[in-house]
Amino acid sequence: MRALAVIAIASVALAGAPIAASAQDEVEAPHQNWSFAGIFGTFDRGSLQRGFQIYNEVCSNCHSMKLLHYRDLGPNGPGGGIGFSDAEVAAIAAQKQVEDGPNDQGEMFRRPGKPQDTFVSPFPNVEAARAANGGAAPPDLSVIVKARGRGLEYLWGEGGPDYVYGILTGFEDKPPTGFQLTQGKYYNNIFPGHQISMPPPLADNTVKFQDGTKATLSQEAHDAATFLTWAAEPNMEDRKQTGAKAILFLLAMTGVLYGAKRRVWKDLH
Amino acid sequence: MAGTPSTVRTNSRLIKWIDTRLPLFTFVQDAAIDYPEPRNLNYFWNFGSLAGTMLVIMITTGIFLAMQYTPHVDYAFSSVERLMRDVNYGWLLRYIHMNGASFFFIVVYIHIFRGYYYGSYKEPRELLWMLGVVILLLMMATAFFGYVLPWGQMSYWGATVITNLFTAIPVIGNPIHTWLLGGFAVGNPTLNRFFSLHYLLPFVIVGVVGLHLIALRQHGSNNPLGIAVKGPQDEIPFHPYYTIKDMFGLGVFLVIYAIFIFYLPNALGDPQNYIEANPLQTPPEIVPEWYLLPFYAILRSIPDKLIGVLALFASIFILFLLPWLDTSRVRSSYFRPIHKWVFWLLVIDVFALGTVGAHRPEGAYIVVGRIATFYYFFHFVILLPLIGWFERPLPLPESIAAAVTKKTAAAPGAAQSGAVS
Repeated sequence: MRALAVIAIASVALAGAPIAASAQDEVEAPHQNWSFAGIFGTFDRGSLQRGFQIYNEVCSNCHSMKLLHYRDLGPNGPGGGIGFSDAEVAAIAAQKQVEDGPNDQGEMFRRPGKPQDTFVSPFPNVEAARAANGGAAPPDLSVIVKARGRGLEYLWGEGGPDYVYGILTGFEDKPPTGFQLTQGKYYNNIFPGHQISMPPPLADNTVKFQDGTKATLSQEAHDAATFLTWAAEPNMEDRKQTGAKAILFLLAMTGVLYGAKRRVWKDLH
Repeated sequence: MAGTPSTVRTNSRLIKWIDTRLPLFTFVQDAAIDYPEPRNLNYFWNFGSLAGTMLVIMITTGIFLAMQYTPHVDYAFSSVERLMRDVNYGWLLRYIHMNGASFFFIVVYIHIFRGYYYGSYKEPRELLWMLGVVILLLMMATAFFGYVLPWGQMSYWGATVITNLFTAIPVIGNPIHTWLLGGFAVGNPTLNRFFSLHYLLPFVIVGVVGLHLIALRQHGSNNPLGIAVKGPQDEIPFHPYYTIKDMFGLGVFLVIYAIFIFYLPNALGDPQNYIEANPLQTPPEIVPEWYLLPFYAILRSIPDKLIGVLALFASIFILFLLPWLDTSRVRSSYFRPIHKWVFWLLVIDVFALGTVGAHRPEGAYIVVGRIATFYYFFHFVILLPLIGWFERPLPLPESIAAAVTKKTAAAPGAAQSGAVS
């Protein structure tokens, strides 16, 4: 029966693997080093801000992030934001035009964005998004990192960022010989089926980073994936730090309980 | 005000006064303090109280989650995400609940296999076992309804596939299907009723757990030797011996559970469920949560839909018959030289079914799935009765106390709690 315990614990660890692995016939994206990996992982604030800049200047032309608010980026956002001050957040929001209303005349109107607004979507609805993008609506990116990825990395939350990085850097100018590429599609090494509707969004120097970091494709992809990982779970740092404390406490408590158990049972043995 | 005065051991006159009129304290004293248990229960007997703890954790976190949740197809997904982002420690509540479902099943499956290995379902505990199977069925239904609530892709398509099983019923299948869903496809009425049922069923489980405990108290716990308690020398009071042992086991369990909550919160889930439900887009593959995979594999292993559905239900309902399918007079597999090993074949078979259920039915998975499905029923219907007849059990010890003291004498000073307790 003791072996059953071993199997039970091992199966807990393994049960998820086949499910995650079987999700799609895709190439597993090569594993990257992430600042947020591991038990004490935290987000690199510089990388987050650069990542937001990429989203803001490039991705947001096609991809919505409906679950995020501009206020999330500031110090009072979930997980403490990405390092912007309240004034910076207000300035970012004010650059956007938000539809509001109806006003007292019963009409909708446009106004500059406020921190409490959700990220403005590039298209009014999914039909418009589809029509403008050759029939394939660009997916919302709010939790894309949790919705992608496979293999063991997915289990501890790095499969998604690996996938995003892989897609962004995985474009090939020419498909391998013999590969039939549909008109209007692009060849991507990581995308399932290799035919993706998204044109290569990033290249060297697609953006000019405000902090002076050299904007190589790899750097841009890395920062974008970091930002999207934060966006998918802004409370991740809090989760890991709370977890370390909780588990230390539980271990100490269990140790004391074990001592007590031994003592109580001593007279029976 | 005649009647018997309270027998509660206390110096407090207030407690005595209350207890004479409302014997709550006497009940606790009888049920959780003085309650005699066999002295040789091993750590596998912890899983009953662990299951009870999980039920309490699930209900408490669930009540608070429901305060933030909106059961509407347009808002369900975003209300869950809002909870994860904007509600203080909402992420913690949800991860406890989400992983709690998995850990509840892990605990209950170990509890069931423990009952099977030690013959805990045999006379006079048949109804105790059958009530347990009822709890398992209720848990599966509750977990299924709960998985639909976040309204991700796998929620929607899982619900579509499972409710579709009812259309396999001849003639009345389709009307039943429409009636259950509140429409022709999974939609807002379905989500509303699933939320209602997901909130209701846990309290039904609490009720059946109550019956399970009443049935348990009637004859007391089985034990690893599977022989009846013969006198006070075989027993020890629940408190302090099993209270402290259960607490220690709970501590170990919580450490493992916490590792998943804080560091692997999505490891047991499907990435597809972080994509909002889309009735126009079928995911590449529809898989249920891991704890239902063996049953899903049985369903898919049979080419005919109706027979597949029947086999799926039969695979659980057959457990109701286990007390009569097992013909052995001896309870514990410890004394059953053949069954001791055959038990492991079932464990391996269930793991094989689980693996098959997680993969697309192609190539080797089809073959393994069919063999494993066949073996599952073969094990219970053919093998188990036959082994009971032909097997020659080892001689049983005189009593629990005799077995325990003999072991201690054989290995003096061995404080291995696993060996004795």
